[in-house]
Amino acid sequence: MSSANKSNRDQSLVSNLDWFTIFIFVVLVVMGWISICGASYDFDKGITLLDFSSRSGLQMVWIFSSLLLGAFIICVDDRWVETLSYIIYILFLALLLVTPMFAKEIKGSLSWIKIGSFSIQPAEFAKFATAIGIAKVISTFNFDLARWRDFVIVTVLLLLPMALIIRQRETGSALVYLAFFFMFYREGMAGSILFSGAAAVFYFIVGIRYADVPLWELPQVSTGEFVVLAAIHLFSVGMMWVYTSLRKPVLQTLFFGTTAYVLALLYAKYLIPFNAAWVQWAVLAATIGYLFYLAVREQLASYALIALFAIGSTGFFYSVNYVLTDVLQPHQQKRVRVLLGLEDDPKGAGYNVIQAKIAIGSGGLKGKGFLNGTQTKLKYVPEQDTDFIFCTVGEEQGFVGSSMVLLIFLTLILRLIHLAERQPLRFGRIYGYSVLSIFLFHVLINVGMVLGLTPVIGIPLPFFSYGGSSLWGFTILLFVFLRIDAARNRMQH
Amino acid sequence: MEKKYEYGKRKYVLAGIACIIVFTYILRLFTLQLLSDDFKKNADSNALLKRMLFPARGAITDRNGKLLVYNQPAYDIMVVMKEQIGVDTVDLCNTLGITPEWYMRRMDEIRDRRRNPGYSPYTQQLFMSQLSAEEFSTFREKMFDYGGFYVQKRSIRQYSYPYAAHVLGDVGEVSLRDMEGDKYYSSGDYIGKLGVERRYEKQLRGEKGVEILLRDFRGRIKGRYQNGKFDTAPVPGKNLTLSIDLELQALGERLMTGKKGGIVAIEPSTGEILCMVSSPTYDPGMMKGRQRGANNRLLSDNPHKPLLNRAIMGLYPPGSTFKTTQALTLFQEGIVTPQTMYQCSGGFHNRGLTVKCHAHPSPISLVPSLATSCNAYYCWGLYYMFSNRQKYSSVQEAMTRWKDYVVSMGFGYCLGVDLPGEQRGMIPNAAYYDRKYRKSWNALTVISISIGQGEVSATPLQIANLGATIANRGWFITPHVVKDIQDEELDTLYTRRRYTMAGVAAYEHVVRGMRQAVLAGTCSLANTSRYEVCGKTGTAQNPHGQDHSAFMGFAPMDNPRIAICVYVENGIWGNRYGVPIGALMMEQYLTGGLSPESEATARIYEDKHLISVEDVIGKQKQ
Repeated sequence: MSSANKSNRDQSLVSNLDWFTIFIFVVLVVMGWISICGASYDFDKGITLLDFSSRSGLQMVWIFSSLLLGAFIICVDDRWVETLSYIIYILFLALLLVTPMFAKEIKGSLSWIKIGSFSIQPAEFAKFATAIGIAKVISTFNFDLARWRDFVIVTVLLLLPMALIIRQRETGSALVYLAFFFMFYREGMAGSILFSGAAAVFYFIVGIRYADVPLWELPQVSTGEFVVLAAIHLFSVGMMWVYTSLRKPVLQTLFFGTTAYVLALLYAKYLIPFNAAWVQWAVLAATIGYLFYLAVREQLASYALIALFAIGSTGFFYSVNYVLTDVLQPHQQKRVRVLLGLEDDPKGAGYNVIQAKIAIGSGGLKGKGFLNGTQTKLKYVPEQDTDFIFCTVGEEQGFVGSSMVLLIFLTLILRLIHLAERQPLRFGRIYGYSVLSIFLFHVLINVGMVLGLTPVIGIPLPFFSYGGSSLWGFTILLFVFLRIDAARNRMQH
Repeated sequence: MEKKYEYGKRKYVLAGIACIIVFTYILRLFTLQLLSDDFKKNADSNALLKRMLFPARGAITDRNGKLLVYNQPAYDIMVVMKEQIGVDTVDLCNTLGITPEWYMRRMDEIRDRRRNPGYSPYTQQLFMSQLSAEEFSTFREKMFDYGGFYVQKRSIRQYSYPYAAHVLGDVGEVSLRDMEGDKYYSSGDYIGKLGVERRYEKQLRGEKGVEILLRDFRGRIKGRYQNGKFDTAPVPGKNLTLSIDLELQALGERLMTGKKGGIVAIEPSTGEILCMVSSPTYDPGMMKGRQRGANNRLLSDNPHKPLLNRAIMGLYPPGSTFKTTQALTLFQEGIVTPQTMYQCSGGFHNRGLTVKCHAHPSPISLVPSLATSCNAYYCWGLYYMFSNRQKYSSVQEAMTRWKDYVVSMGFGYCLGVDLPGEQRGMIPNAAYYDRKYRKSWNALTVISISIGQGEVSATPLQIANLGATIANRGWFITPHVVKDIQDEELDTLYTRRRYTMAGVAAYEHVVRGMRQAVLAGTCSLANTSRYEVCGKTGTAQNPHGQDHSAFMGFAPMDNPRIAICVYVENGIWGNRYGVPIGALMMEQYLTGGLSPESEATARIYEDKHLISVEDVIGKQKQ
């Protein structure tokens, strides 16, 4: 009886398991292994693909152990996850807290604990702990992220592991936790918060990158400043359109503002050159005043909030400028400037990015072929089997191969969105979104960094980068979700 | 069930963000990988080190297989500008024995893209060339201190004998013009500069090979690119066999010591040049290695111009040697028969014009006129030819006919010897005189061309070639110094007979005249019982100083093996220098050495100096 029950359950488990995602997982780790073979190829030793002292050989071990780990997670009942979520979260906070005390310093980082001959990085597993901890909190009855109190609670739960990881001098790994904001958005966080974050990134990059570029050949007008101030104005108008119902003030603000900018530019160009930003300040000040006036007249807080957004945006933009020129250390300033393309420094801070671009660019359409990449094999690209592994893909597999990898990642993320959305329980959905957000953030930053589009933040490319901790960490994240998903029909029974 | 999902549509926003990110990145990949070649080039200059493999330059031997020019290892010091920063330059200069000024200048030269078009701060550039093994050994001991400096093994030319400098020529670093003219060369390569080295550069140099090596980020070599799939092996240069006989060449240079002029000897049946002496000369060994520049300057500043190859570049009036061409022309044109006699009363007298002659029986016919070198005979001949209105409608037509004969015998144009810099000499034509005398001229106006004076000029090579033509009774093969090229046929120019306009009968008379000149005429000094010598002296009037002494001859009379021209500037009299030197040269070649008496004569002529030997540097003989 009990054995019949068990076999029934096994059957439903096999049929309910999302084999498509498992297939993608296998494809990604195999492609990852191929890339590591290219990246860790050692000229002095020749080909050592299956030699377990080489990185390609070791990665094989990590791959097989992750498959076992995945199989194990699938075989065990999923309910432990939700039950133990708080305990696991707290345990990991404690582990992150003590890690620096036992850690062996590796490249300035205090995040590795040595056990026997292996080192593990608790921060890679803390993502899982945080995901289930936060999922549990949000899935409690009546918890609403749109409420400030609840939003603050989860933000604190998020900031705790981040702070502990920053203490381990792993800023990159800490930033990954920002990925949870994607999930927060899905779970009801105000869209304006996500939008504000995106706007801040826009102000930062455009404002700094084009600070010294004259607009329309007018030496007094900085393109960065002009565009950012114009964007603040336009964003404010856009928010008025979305969040308020009166149309006339929106059109007025848009019309007068745009007219003033254009007139200012024409005046500066053809009559007396001057910094058109003065006019923009005047326009912004007038807009903000007008918004407060509307807030009082219409008795609507939205107007005041939009005004605050405009003030905050302007303040953010000018303080970033101030921080960059007066607060940051020269070497930090340089990093930012090289990243934004303001400075050419092939042997210094920009070396990695330039070499990465050369390696990828030299791949061409079809790439140089397996183990034929010269740039990566000859170690021009630093960290090429970990953070810069995508270079090897670009060089050896070319545009075809690297685009395919990106499309497979996209497929994985879209598939996970689909799986998350079909969860009957909020816990499962939240956890699913956490997992896919983490993957998305890793791909966004890692590939963007290699392509010279995002800051150089040392985080691995899921399933590709060499390393047992990161591979196990991603495997646990993914397979726990697949196990939860496989049990989605339990409710119906 | 939990509460209703009010935010369900947000999944589209998140999916949209993911799609935008991925497609932005694919677009970026597209621009990086497909739109620009720069990254590929960058990657190659990063990781691929192209190392030139220099072929051994071909060796040069004389006609008897004596090795004249060969290669010896030498070392070039190369520098990579980007890597040499921080080297102790004072120490480096001391080790290499150079001054800091030289160092600075050289570095500037390397960086100057106008003078060094292939410059790149990442690749090896030639810093100093051709260090000998000893010079290099001190550098090698300290090489580890000099990051960015490398050594490239090259070879330098070595010369076994101090002879034949003008024929052999030399090699030196390529000039900017060489590099622009031929993309094969890059800065620091060697190229033939003079002589055979230059003319046969393509055969001697071989083909450079290239080895593509993989270089890691620290500049260490990590193996071959694609296992050497794109490497090419150097093709060694071809060996040359010269037609020069070293012994004969050595004797010629010895006999010309202290004199200006040239000797050219040709094997008539093949056109092979047996010796080509230009005096003053220099030791070819001076023009190798790093002394080349300084010695080259020294030689080109010398007032006697030792770098000038007088045998092919010196333009001299051929004087009486030219009378043979006149005899051939007059006979062939039917102006004279063997019996035609012309009056000579101490010279040619016509309408107040006089060309002097020396004492001999008169009147005189063709054969004895050659033997005694009678001026009047040839003046009358030209006069009757140019005045013959039955045969030629005008003096211009006669002149054109005359010129065609002389040109067919190898004068007035470059013969096409396989050496750079040959001069064509001067044979005037009707148009020339029409211009010069406004069309109002006749035979008397131009009478001196009949005795190889006036506007006529020729190189010793052309005169020697005239000897070969007579020896062959009417044809010659373009004279050449290279007899054999390894694995390659000679140009047909050097195997094809070129016939003159005169027939065999005309030649037989001229041969008899030249034989008479040796037996009982101007060339009697050249007579010997061992073989039949034919000769013709020349005493060329020189308005700038003493007359030149010339001799043209060949031997033996039948089946001739050598034709020769000796030309000694300011040698006063044809048989003062030309005849005895010519005789010694023929003896050397035909008997394989000099008899003791001849050796004594040779020593006498070796010591007769017309210019101060001290003025001529460089030629130190043991």
